[in-house]
Amino acid sequence: MMSKPASEKMRIIHDPKRPVIDDYITELFDDFIELHGDREFAEDHAICAGVGLFCGTPVTVIGHRKGKTTEENLAANFGMAHPEGYRKALRLAHQAEKFGRPVFCFVDTPGAFCGVGAEERGQGEAIARCLYEFIELRTPVISIVTGEGGSGGALALAVADRVLMLENALYSVISPRGCASILWKDPTREAEAADTLRITAEDLREFGMIEGIVPEGVTNAQMMRNIKRALSDTLAELNAEPDMDTMLKKRYEKFRKIGVFRDNQEFEGV
Amino acid sequence: MGLIDLFQKTRETSMEMKPQEDAGVKVVTCKGCGAELKAYAYGKNLYVCPHCGRYGRLLARTRIRQIADKDTFQALNESLAPADPIDFPGYADKAAQLSEKLGMPDAVLTGVCKIGGTEACIGVMDSHFMMASMGSVVGEKLTRLFEYATEKALPVVLFTCSGGARMQEGMFSLLQMAKVSAAARRHSDAGLLYITVLTDPTTGGVTASFAMLGDIILAEPRTTIGFAGRRVIEGTIGETLPDDFQSSEFLLSHGFCDKIVPRNQLKSTLEKLLKMHRQPKPKKRQVRRA
Repeated sequence: MMSKPASEKMRIIHDPKRPVIDDYITELFDDFIELHGDREFAEDHAICAGVGLFCGTPVTVIGHRKGKTTEENLAANFGMAHPEGYRKALRLAHQAEKFGRPVFCFVDTPGAFCGVGAEERGQGEAIARCLYEFIELRTPVISIVTGEGGSGGALALAVADRVLMLENALYSVISPRGCASILWKDPTREAEAADTLRITAEDLREFGMIEGIVPEGVTNAQMMRNIKRALSDTLAELNAEPDMDTMLKKRYEKFRKIGVFRDNQEFEGV
Repeated sequence: MGLIDLFQKTRETSMEMKPQEDAGVKVVTCKGCGAELKAYAYGKNLYVCPHCGRYGRLLARTRIRQIADKDTFQALNESLAPADPIDFPGYADKAAQLSEKLGMPDAVLTGVCKIGGTEACIGVMDSHFMMASMGSVVGEKLTRLFEYATEKALPVVLFTCSGGARMQEGMFSLLQMAKVSAAARRHSDAGLLYITVLTDPTTGGVTASFAMLGDIILAEPRTTIGFAGRRVIEGTIGETLPDDFQSSEFLLSHGFCDKIVPRNQLKSTLEKLLKMHRQPKPKKRQVRRA
């Protein structure tokens, strides 16, 4: 399979017909009950979370919500969560831990929201807390990047035992547009930045940052079947771990080894 | 190319660096109020302008001189230097040039020292190196610092400042946030103390990871601390934000920082906090003589 350049994938994932979290939930789960609120400040519609039945097993589902119409998108703030969204995610992750349910995270966000309220309520702290808690969450966690994996707002839901990406999904430290405007003072060089940043699923698998790429097939139905199989295989792998401590140790090691640097002229890491 | 070239190139850094690193410079101009300051006296005042109170940004080694007990600092992992993992145009040259000018291979200095007699691991980020953006080296050195501290049962004190993740390293930089936070978590689970001191500016991926994870979060006065860039937010809402938005005072009033500490009280405050968290020595068993 020849992989497409990031600039072309960027157009594919911005197609307004691309599935959003509500589609994944409808297709992949036998049943789903959405749960709301962070119990501290508010309900954030940019994060969808709840309990679903996956092949008969209860799982906690957490994901960024985007809409298909302008109205839906405005209600979901285009998938850009506020601190209360991340705090809701964390509340439900801890609930999953309590009831021994696996957690599935669906990542699709341009990034965490940048605004006055977000700063007042500690956007940085909310994301940091997700990284700090998910790394030690005592239940299996699988994240799948389905569209845009935008920076810290995406990473908050991607500290997992396995991170998967759909074939055309992108996962980046900064939006290509942001990168072009900061480094080259020219946001129109977005496509060039996308291809420079190495943000495709193939790139990230090569770097050892993700564990699997889910082929999208030709139709949405094929894509959903592929996702379902990938999730179910991955969950079976995690359930086969001898115990929780082993799983957490592997989760830690997976993130621990990421980095490329020189030490006395010798290359290390990756 | 020496230090002096850098000073001539950008006025932004010149104010902070001249008196610290160039003994030949006698007078510096405060960027805040324009006052002419004698370099020696400015240094003695911890690089705080005596006229307007503006805090100069410190080189990492200057900060360590201010905080660590004399001659107790020992650097760790000094040899780690940036690679260019995604072949980003211009990155390798830029990093090499800065490394030569500043005499440090990347944006953080880590090591062990004593602060008021208490042994502690210390890490100081340096905004003069690519605005202390976090790439693989910063992430690795901080992770190793936490791991070292966990193994030796030592507290960690981090002075943070950063423009955020280093985009020239692509996803390698983003994932350092998870890596350092994970190491901080293990350190915490071992019952050990972690203090962060937020200095100007602490933003982006560093705010959204280890900067906000301290047991105790201190900040220098009038420091910029936030997640998103000020201009990005102004662009989103279409209005100008007040001066104190994203300042340490703003953070304190919203409940995200424990205490604002003036620079001349930082060492003594850290000394007290470290003493208060010293692990009690196991009590000697009283042996009753028969």
